[in-house]
Amino acid sequence: MFKKLLRGGIDWVDARIPMTQTWNKHLAQYPTPVNFNFWYFFGSLAMLILVNQILTGIWLTMHYTPSAEGAFASIEYIMRDVPYGWLLRYMHSTGASAFFVVIYLHMYRSLLYGSYKQPRELIWLFGMFIFLALMAEAFMGYLLPWGQMSFWGAQVIISLFGAIPVIGDDLTLWIRGDYVVSGATLNRFFALHVIALPLALVVLVFLHIVALHEVGSNNPDGIEIKRKKGSVAEQDKSKFTFHKQYSARKDIIDAVPFHPYFTVKDIMGVAVFLIFFCAIIFFMPEGGGYFLEAPNFEPANALKTPSHIAPVWYYTPFYAILRAIPDKLIGVVFFGGSIVILFFLPWLDRCNVKSIRYRSWQHKLNITQFTICFIVLGILGALPATPLLTKIAQVGTIGYFGFFIALWFYSKNEKTKPLPKRLKFK
Amino acid sequence: MKKLIIALVALLPAMIFASTNVHLDKADYDLSDKASLQRGAKLFMNYCFACHSTGYQRYQRIAADLDIPDALMKSSLIFSDSKIGDLAVNSMDKKESEKWFGNSPPDLTLEARLRGADWIYTYLRSFYKDETRPFAVNNLLFPDVAMPHVLEALQGIPTAVFETSASHDSKPQIIMRLESNEQGEMSSDEYDNALLDLVNYLVYAGEPNKLERESLGFWVIGFLIIFFILSYLLKKEYWRDVH
Repeated sequence: MFKKLLRGGIDWVDARIPMTQTWNKHLAQYPTPVNFNFWYFFGSLAMLILVNQILTGIWLTMHYTPSAEGAFASIEYIMRDVPYGWLLRYMHSTGASAFFVVIYLHMYRSLLYGSYKQPRELIWLFGMFIFLALMAEAFMGYLLPWGQMSFWGAQVIISLFGAIPVIGDDLTLWIRGDYVVSGATLNRFFALHVIALPLALVVLVFLHIVALHEVGSNNPDGIEIKRKKGSVAEQDKSKFTFHKQYSARKDIIDAVPFHPYFTVKDIMGVAVFLIFFCAIIFFMPEGGGYFLEAPNFEPANALKTPSHIAPVWYYTPFYAILRAIPDKLIGVVFFGGSIVILFFLPWLDRCNVKSIRYRSWQHKLNITQFTICFIVLGILGALPATPLLTKIAQVGTIGYFGFFIALWFYSKNEKTKPLPKRLKFK
Repeated sequence: MKKLIIALVALLPAMIFASTNVHLDKADYDLSDKASLQRGAKLFMNYCFACHSTGYQRYQRIAADLDIPDALMKSSLIFSDSKIGDLAVNSMDKKESEKWFGNSPPDLTLEARLRGADWIYTYLRSFYKDETRPFAVNNLLFPDVAMPHVLEALQGIPTAVFETSASHDSKPQIIMRLESNEQGEMSSDEYDNALLDLVNYLVYAGEPNKLERESLGFWVIGFLIIFFILSYLLKKEYWRDVH
C-alpha cells in the first residue's frame, strides 16, 4: 500500500520534472573512477562546509546587528545570550578556515593529477571563480565582528586599490563608501556577505559540478575511464549500469556508480573531517589565534592602529608576495597576478600526460618547490616584515611565479612515462 | 615530498612564536573552582568595576554561573540601581574619565581573550613606585600606563631595585626586580592567590560558556568516533563487490 503510494508519487513528479532521471544521471548511475584516493574527499567536504556556512550564517544573521555602533556588542550577545549562539558562531568562524583548508587541498589535488587539463579547463575556471568569490566572501565576513583586526585588515586591503594609477583613490572611496572604513562599509559588506556572494557561490558550485559531470571525473592515474565505443572487450567493461548519456556513446572501464559507492565513502570522509572540525570548535575555537585573532576581541577603533596587522592565515601567501615587493603598485600587480596566473594554468601546462605519477622529474621537482614556496610564503605573510624575512619572501615569490614559467617551457616536450592501460587500484 | 611538508608544518609554530619575547608569569587558574570565581567576582566588583565595566555580560548570568543567589548578588555585588538582568555597566562617564586619566578605562569583559590570562596576572604584579608618574606608580609590563595601582591597599607598593650596567652607557640603570614594602593587607603569597582569583573571574567573563563547550565537546567527539567506525564498516561492506 505504502510502496504503491510512493511509486505513484514518484511517477507523478517524474511526469512533471526529471527527478529520477537527474538522480540517476548525477548520482546512482554516474560513472566514477574506482581509484579515487585520499585527495578526492575534499570536493564533497567543500560542499558540506558551504552548507554549514549558509545554515549557521542564516541563524547568526537573525541576531547580528549590522551597524558600527551595534556590531561588536551583537556578537557578544550571540556568544552569551543566544542559546547555543556560541556554537553557531564557532561553527561559522571555524567553518571559514576549514573552507580554505579544504579548498586548498582540493586545488592541490587538481595540480597533482592534472585535473585542470583538457578537457576539464572549464571546470578549473569555474573552480577559480569559486576561489575568488570565496576570498571576497571571507574578507567581507571578517569585517562584520567589527573588532580591531576586522577594521584594520579591511583598511589595509582596501587601500591596496589606491595604488592603481588615476582611478585608485576614487575606487577606494567607492568601495568603502566613506573616506575611512566606517559603518557605511560595514553595511555594504554585510549585504554582499549574506546575499550577493553566497548566491554567486552557489551558482558557481552548480556550474562547477555540471561541467564536471559533462566531461567526467579525472583520477589519480590521469587516464580516461570513457573509451571509444567498441574499443573495449566485453569482460573489461565495468559491470555496473550507468546512465545512457554516458554509456550510449562510450565504453566505460574501471568505474563504479557514485551512489552508493562514493556516497558511503564520502560519509566516512565526512566523519573524519568532523572529528577534526569539532575538535577545533569545542577545544580550540580561536585556532591558536589564527582562526579568531586576539586583537579582534577589542572593538574597532579608528584612532588606534594595532602594532602588527596580519591578514587571516588563508590570505597570507598572497599577502607575503605583496609585501615582498618594495614598490606598492608593482606589489599590487604581483599580488593580483599571483591569483590571476592560476586561471591560466590549463594553458600554461602543455604536456599531454595529466597525472604527476607519469610525468617527468622536472615536473615533480617544480611542484615540490612550488609547494614549499607557497607554505613558506603563508608563514611569512603572518609574521611582521623584517629585512631577512622580506628577502626570503622575495625568493618565495620567484619560486611561486617560477613554477608557472618553468612549467610552460618544459611541458612542451616533456619526457613522460608510459601510461597504464587500466586504472591502478587494489 | 610528504616528509618535507610534515617537517615544514611542524616548524610552523616555532617560527611564528619566535617573535614574541616578553616574559609573562604563568597564571595557574581553574575555571571549575566556583569559590575562586566568587572571590574573583568580589575583588573585581570592589576594586575594578568603578572604572572598568564588563558591559557584555549580565549580572544575572554571573550570579547563575557562579552559584550566587540573586538576592546576594543584588545586595553585595551590584553597586548601582541596575536590575539583575541588566548588563554590568558602571556609571563612569567616558568623557569625564578621559579627562581624569587621559584614557577612558577600557571595558574588561574580553580582556582575558584579548591579552590572555598570563598577561593580566603579570600586569597586576608589575606595579612599582615611580614619583615621576601622575599617580606615582608605573608598570613594568605596560610602561607609563594611565592606571593607578588600585590594589595598593592589598599589596602595598613595591619598589624597583636597580642595577647599574656598565655596558649600556645610555641606559645605566636596569630594573632587576620589584621588592615589596610590606605595607599591604596581604602577604605576597596571599596577593598572588587573590590575583589568580581575579584572573580566573576575567577568564570566565571572557567566555562564560567555556566549560560547557569543552564538556559538550567530549560527547560530540565520542559520537563522531562511533559514527566513523560505523561508516567505515558500511563503506567496507559496500566496496566488497568492487574489489
